[in-house]
Formats: sequence, C-alpha cells, structure tokens
Amino acid sequence: MPEAKKRQPPAQFITTQFNSILGWARKFSLFHYPFVTACCGMEYMSAACAHFDIDRFGAGWTRFSPRQSDMLLVVGTVTQKLAPVLRTVYDQMTEPKWVVAFGTCAVSGGIYDNYAVVQGIDAIIPVDVYIPGCPPRPETVLDGLLKLQEKIQHQDQEWRWKRRRF
Amino acid sequence: MEKTAVLDLLRQEFPREVKEAFSDLGDEIIIIEKESLLPIVKFLRGEPHRYDLLLDLTCVDYLGQEPRFEMVYHLYSLTKKRRLRIKTRLSEKELCIASLTELWKNANWLEREIYDLFGVHFESHPDLRRIFMYDGFEGYPLRKDYPLRKRQPRLRMRE
Repeated sequence: MPEAKKRQPPAQFITTQFNSILGWARKFSLFHYPFVTACCGMEYMSAACAHFDIDRFGAGWTRFSPRQSDMLLVVGTVTQKLAPVLRTVYDQMTEPKWVVAFGTCAVSGGIYDNYAVVQGIDAIIPVDVYIPGCPPRPETVLDGLLKLQEKIQHQDQEWRWKRRRF
Repeated sequence: MEKTAVLDLLRQEFPREVKEAFSDLGDEIIIIEKESLLPIVKFLRGEPHRYDLLLDLTCVDYLGQEPRFEMVYHLYSLTKKRRLRIKTRLSEKELCIASLTELWKNANWLEREIYDLFGVHFESHPDLRRIFMYDGFEGYPLRKDYPLRKRQPRLRMRE
C-alpha cells in the first residue's frame, strides 16, 4: 500500500438518511419572496436587514421573482381584490415551497372583519407557519422561521413532484 | 364679523335655494337644495370669496330617514384661509346629483368613489365607473343595509 493512503484521516464519509440530508440542505437555503401589502412590511424589513438579520438562519436571499423563491412571506392585509394575484404568485413558485402568514391580517383578517378583506390567507393557499402579532416583533418572525425550519427538517422530502391538490 | 359675511351673501343671492346657513365650531355650513348645487358652488368659487379648493366630497347614509342620503362637500379658500361645508339631501328613488368635474379635476375620482360605495349617480361625469371594488361585486358596501358579514370572494375559497 502506498504511504499517502495510509496517512489519510479516519472519517471521510458519514452515514445519513436521504430525507434528513435533503431537509438539512433545504432548511438552510430558503429564498424568500416578500408579498408585502401593508404596515407589517416595516417589521419584515427590520427582521430582514442588519439589526435582526434573517441571514443568520439561512434565509437571507430575497428574490423578487416567485419563480426563484421557495418561501412565500405574505406580509399584511390581503383584500378580495388582491386574492387572485396572491394565488397566481403562489402557483408560479416552483416546488418545494412553503408559505408563511406574517401578521394577524394574513393569519385571520385581523381587525378587518368586513366586505373587502380575505379572512386569513389559508382560504386561498395552504399555509405552513402562522406568525401572529399586529405587527409581529422581529423576534417573533425569527421564531416563526425556526419553526418552519424544524418543519422542513422533519417533513417527508418529496423530490418527485406530484401535483398538489387544493 | 367677516365670518358670517359669506352666509349673509349666500342668503341674499340664493334666498330660496339655501335652506339653512349657520356657523359651527368655526366653520360655515350651508344646507341647500340639490338642484342648486352647481350655481351655488360656481358662485362660491368666484369673487369675492374664492373657495377654490375642493377638499373632500363624501356621502352619508341615514337609513330610515327620508330623504335617505346626504352629500357633503368641503370647500376651502386658499386666499381667505376658510372652510365651508355644503350639505344636501338625496332621496333613494332619485339618487343623482350634478357632477363637479367641470370645476375641479379631483372631483372625478372622489365621485367615482361615492358611485362605487354608495351607488350615487353623477350627471355629466366623464368616466363614471367603479374605482375600489372589483368587477362583479354586487351592492354598495358602505350603505347601512349592506349585510355586515356578506362576502363576495373572487376565488373559490378552500374548505
């Protein structure tokens, strides 16, 4: 045996499950698309910029095209008039994708219990994580992001995409 | 003294059309017949008072009273720095009033808002179509008899 091969360090490989390594890779490379419609956007900016720095958790890249992103942040009030737009944005995103309802309006309609506002975006698209608050503190947003990462890590990693049913 | 001068002048010029004219909390308020809106507004806009700015134009629904609707116009004089409020009642059967678009450009969108949310028609408005609600929305949401929890979604809702 040649000398060089003998001196190599012992561990050059690890054993893992395909699901868990795919989840690990996905949860730390979230590209997000901010669907910002209202005042919660200020808290989103605060969470995304240097003070609270969402990049520490691997979600630093904001993509302003739904086709390049895999986390949809619905930040603010969604009206009935805007509902088809949100649905189109969601449909344009490629799999795998996750949706975060950011703030009380996106979660449940909030104080706007009236003719104009959708009472929670889960009436239009499936939601993975709900972040309450009017508006939520950036810490709450980061906590929601950690919850989403936990969910991604433990979910079954579909990698042959089936058509999702609404 | 100068405050009530405009009210006296209006009473003089339009004795029949101006039903009430009074001051409240520093503002002048007149209640008029709806047919005389245009001549009165034109008079106020000219010399000597020069109410040259249309601040706002809105509608109030007094459900159960007759006439049911009340149009409210807020004028402002940039030279005299004074406000004036014009009120006039509209009945539900005859829900139309003259448009102020020939005098003020901003009346265009304000009147479209009232048309969309209250269903008031404005005669000789150049572009009277809805401004807030979407196509296919039925009814007028700011009327008091619009059902509180009535929803008209554009998409089929999940669940």
